[in-house]
Amino acid sequence: MVEESVIKKLAAQAKIIRRWIVEMTYRAGSGHPGGSLSCADIVTALYFHILRHDPKDHKWSERDRFVLSKGHSCPALYAALAESGYFAIDELFTLRKLGSRLQGHPSVLKLPYLEASTGSLGQGLSMAIGMALAAKIDKKDYKVYALIGDGESNEGNIWEAALFAAHHKLDNLIVFLDRNRIQLDDFTEKILSLEPLADKWKAFGWEVKEIDGHNFEEIINAVDWAKQVKSKPVMIIAHTIKGKGVSFMENTAEFHGKAPNKEQYEQAMKELEK
Amino acid sequence: MIEWKKANQRKAFGEVLVELGKECNDLVALTADLSTSTRTSEFEKSYPSRFFNFGVAEQNMFTTAAGLALSNKIVIASTFAVFASGRALDQIRQSIAYQNLNVKIVATHGGVTVGADGASHQCIDDLGIMTTLPNMKVVVPCDAIETKKAVRACINAQGPFYIRLGREDVPTVTKGDDKFELGKGNVLKDGKDIALIATGIMVSKCLIAAQELAERGINAKVINIHTIKPIDRALIKKVAEETNLIITAEEHSIFNGLGAMVSYVVCEDKPVRVERIGIPDVFGESGSAEELMEKYGLSAENIVDKAVKLMKEKRES
Repeated sequence: MVEESVIKKLAAQAKIIRRWIVEMTYRAGSGHPGGSLSCADIVTALYFHILRHDPKDHKWSERDRFVLSKGHSCPALYAALAESGYFAIDELFTLRKLGSRLQGHPSVLKLPYLEASTGSLGQGLSMAIGMALAAKIDKKDYKVYALIGDGESNEGNIWEAALFAAHHKLDNLIVFLDRNRIQLDDFTEKILSLEPLADKWKAFGWEVKEIDGHNFEEIINAVDWAKQVKSKPVMIIAHTIKGKGVSFMENTAEFHGKAPNKEQYEQAMKELEK
Repeated sequence: MIEWKKANQRKAFGEVLVELGKECNDLVALTADLSTSTRTSEFEKSYPSRFFNFGVAEQNMFTTAAGLALSNKIVIASTFAVFASGRALDQIRQSIAYQNLNVKIVATHGGVTVGADGASHQCIDDLGIMTTLPNMKVVVPCDAIETKKAVRACINAQGPFYIRLGREDVPTVTKGDDKFELGKGNVLKDGKDIALIATGIMVSKCLIAAQELAERGINAKVINIHTIKPIDRALIKKVAEETNLIITAEEHSIFNGLGAMVSYVVCEDKPVRVERIGIPDVFGESGSAEELMEKYGLSAENIVDKAVKLMKEKRES
């Protein structure tokens, strides 16, 4: 059981993250609100409850690592980092602007509070695997978390990584799959079907759990369970809604990579006030 | 004819890797089902806990290399040149070069001397591809002795490196006490009439050509450029001023390799005639290493012929 107060706190925080996603992409005039909103609850749960981290010491060697493999959803990550206290909130207004540390896709050399530069799909999972291997070599007990997309799972690199992580029994690796069922062009099952997705990961040798990716109790319980798994990497398939929280963005591919206009922005912010 | 002992660059790589593994606890070696071919198997024998075989999965190998480097490991990732620079280019560009990480790519089986495997396994475009990536440094040792020095220097330097080795035994033209400094070319033979600037296996061919040219009264300077990027701009400018005539030689496409790098330096700093010897705009084919070198003009004879022709034009102009 997760305490009610924790869930309330996370829900309130997630709403703030969602408002930032809409605000940042609107001000930038571009970006990826749909997939940022679908993973907002997972990112919120990670930064405000699950991760062992210290915003005052971002290079703390014992910290848990988090790699956002679906780098286009970085507005959610940037908002979580700023809200956690890694950098000033005002910097969020600079997303995608010339000279900004908040690049259109995450760049660790620009923004050192990130663990990795991502954006070219299919690569973040392997980088997380590299970090998990390093932890094993160094006998460190930190966990490595990654968040991958379902559209991203079309990439061959993902399945090479899937084979490797299971072969090396990386039980310090916990991966979320943001199963919002929509990629840039259309529904995933129409473009290149992934189902039966859980069976695929199981067949590759992973321990798999399916959850509602908007339910904090399920997210937290899944991670608690994942930490107990031995000798296998863990895949948490989080069923989510693309554009979650903004009615006209929900369940449509339209806002995968498009910013809201002024009217849409105002309506979205009104909906996210409730 | 000069007689050199021959030695294998991959064998030298395997040996230096074992030495470096002992000196540096943070060194990790990766391979993609080619541990025997790339000689990373030597590292595996000595340091099994710091060695990972990825299977035939180059994309995952290079992105995992990035993750290890982000965790303060120094990573040697090794496979054939054609797979490193081709199959996993996006991973090397986005995850290694963009993040400026400490991953040293040791690409074996460069060039056409891979031989009988044919065009699918020959790599004649990697130097151009890799020099184009920001942050990436590119090194082509000419023999086994230089291979050890190059790998050691790259491990001790920060950031990503692409080190290209050949498959075949090559003449050992350098000595143990010859100076090796990343980014600095070496003058192996002085001369004032024409400069032969070479990299990798073509260095020995140029030394043979220079001897032949001397017998014909042409005094050729021979330069070994082991670092293609950053290129030794000062030396190339100096050589251009001294000779007014340059031939470049490389086991690589004449587009975007050593010849292209020398040409851009010369164009900007001291315009002189540059003739590029290398693979023309074609894919290779099966054959023995020597047959293929001959077919594409990667021979001392071709260098001599070109030099004689250019010297004649120089004297007449």
